[in-house]
Amino acid sequence: MVESKQQWKAWVYLLPCLVLLAIFTVWPIINTVRMAFLENYNGLKEAGGETFRFGISNFTKVLEYKRFLQCLKTTMLLCVITVPVSTFLALLISVALNSIKVLQKPLQTIFFLPYVTNAIAIGMVFAAMFNIVGSFYGTENEIVVTAGIVNNVIEFFGGTRVNWINYGSTYLANMTVMVIYIVWNALPFKILILLSGLQSINKQYYDAAKVDGSSKGRIFWRITVPLLGPMLAYVIITGFIGGFKEYTSIVGIFGASMGPAHDAKRLNTMVGFIYDALASNQQGRASAAAIILFGIILVVTLINLRVSNRKVHY
Amino acid sequence: MEEIRTMKEKDMNDVTSKQRVARIIGKTLIYLFLAVMAVIVLFPFYWMINSSLKSLEEYRLSMPTFWPRHILWSNYRDAFTTAQLGRLFLNTLYVGVVSTILSLIITVLSAFAFARLEFKGKGILFAGLLATMMIPGELFTITNYSTVTTFGWINTYTVLIVPFLVSVFYIYLLRQNFLQIPDELYLAAKVDGTSDLKYLWTVMIPLSLPTLISITILKMMGAWNSYIWPRLVANDEAHRLITNGLRNAFTEASGDINYPVQMAAVALVSLPLFLVFVFLRKYIMKGVSRSGIKG
Repeated sequence: MVESKQQWKAWVYLLPCLVLLAIFTVWPIINTVRMAFLENYNGLKEAGGETFRFGISNFTKVLEYKRFLQCLKTTMLLCVITVPVSTFLALLISVALNSIKVLQKPLQTIFFLPYVTNAIAIGMVFAAMFNIVGSFYGTENEIVVTAGIVNNVIEFFGGTRVNWINYGSTYLANMTVMVIYIVWNALPFKILILLSGLQSINKQYYDAAKVDGSSKGRIFWRITVPLLGPMLAYVIITGFIGGFKEYTSIVGIFGASMGPAHDAKRLNTMVGFIYDALASNQQGRASAAAIILFGIILVVTLINLRVSNRKVHY
Repeated sequence: MEEIRTMKEKDMNDVTSKQRVARIIGKTLIYLFLAVMAVIVLFPFYWMINSSLKSLEEYRLSMPTFWPRHILWSNYRDAFTTAQLGRLFLNTLYVGVVSTILSLIITVLSAFAFARLEFKGKGILFAGLLATMMIPGELFTITNYSTVTTFGWINTYTVLIVPFLVSVFYIYLLRQNFLQIPDELYLAAKVDGTSDLKYLWTVMIPLSLPTLISITILKMMGAWNSYIWPRLVANDEAHRLITNGLRNAFTEASGDINYPVQMAAVALVSLPLFLVFVFLRKYIMKGVSRSGIKG
């Protein structure tokens, strides 16, 4: 009696959750796969009564698109650069924070501050810091009103100013700005995880190493890094997943045009590509791209897990 | 004993005089490194506030000033009117509050079922829920966009609230918390004839309040920071959310924008997040360290 009563009661409690999941999670999974495998699927045309053949042309077409490959390249580059850089910096900062007593708490608070920010809003601040105000067209008769604080600092130290994000700026300069912003944004979460990991490492290991007379560098690479393995793996995996879904940080700096004025969409990413395809009603292409994105994230996660598993059990 | 100790100390002193110098240098370098990094981390915030208080003329000086000569509070008033921040604030607050309340109800009920009740297929269902967490949200968005269009929800508050009410991660988080509450309490309550809902309300919710607070904060921050979905489905003036409105009000990414006013708007949007950070940091860090998701 009680058993069967619990049965239906459980389903009542779960009802709102399951109904919403069915509509907004389960159906989308099925439908996205369906749309991806219908050739040239278009939502508007289907509403108009058109039918579509089954096939894989959405995938092949997406992979042949130059624009898609550009998005893939930008996304991959951002991932491959920002994840190691931010992880390494976060590790250094965490180890440094862990080794001090005075001011540890206030510094920890400062390093967590960028986490609770709005990616678009602070992106606009970064844009202001890098932006050259004036009629700047990279020609000889340019008028620079103010070069932006970053260029001011560069010039103060005797360098020449760089056209970071304005008309005529290079891909390299754009990407540099993005890397700086993304790393700045990624640090707090990584520091939070790594520092709490460091604080839970048993002090005995360090005492033993001191008795053995091991050097600081040796202690770091032989004790700290391996014992931090699971945390490092976690931080790297979530970093890659977030990196492959990069989008809003670029909107923050470049606006919805996703690139400098002379070359809009230059910094478009995988997610940006999906939304562009969706906006032009090409749901078939968008679905194929989303499945490719999912595949990449899955593969990268599995590789990371495998590598880190081997490292953890040194 | 005494002798041994003094011998040890002497030995130590010989060795450590050099080591002490090295340690002081090391400590100085560590603090120097941390100080430099802290300055880099804080600089954008400082620059935002500094710029937001300048006049346009002062902002456009070729050599920037590091604190405004004349503090211009009116930039903040201008920002409020240019970007229509008042309306955006209210929209976002409404969506945030309603979706948080509904989401909490759904999360609590589901977590209770998964933690306390026995039913067929529980294990498989829960594993299935967790598996959906691996799929990037963009994959859902494509279909959800057509679904909400069919429902006629475009440019309504509903479209900003309903599709994101269920978060598998929050259910998971709360279920873990519920599982720590001993079974005996539940059975005792049953013997007393307490209903499930009353038990949930008087025992389980108070005991897992910290997790519920974490969820509330993350959910509110999510509404405050969401950008892509609102831009797609509710980009009219009546329903536009804050992040979208901010970006739209200052569209040009380059050229001659009124930066002081823009920075004032950015500061106003950042202020509530900053306050949450100052007063509720503990809860955010608790939730965040287990999620790896932003907002």
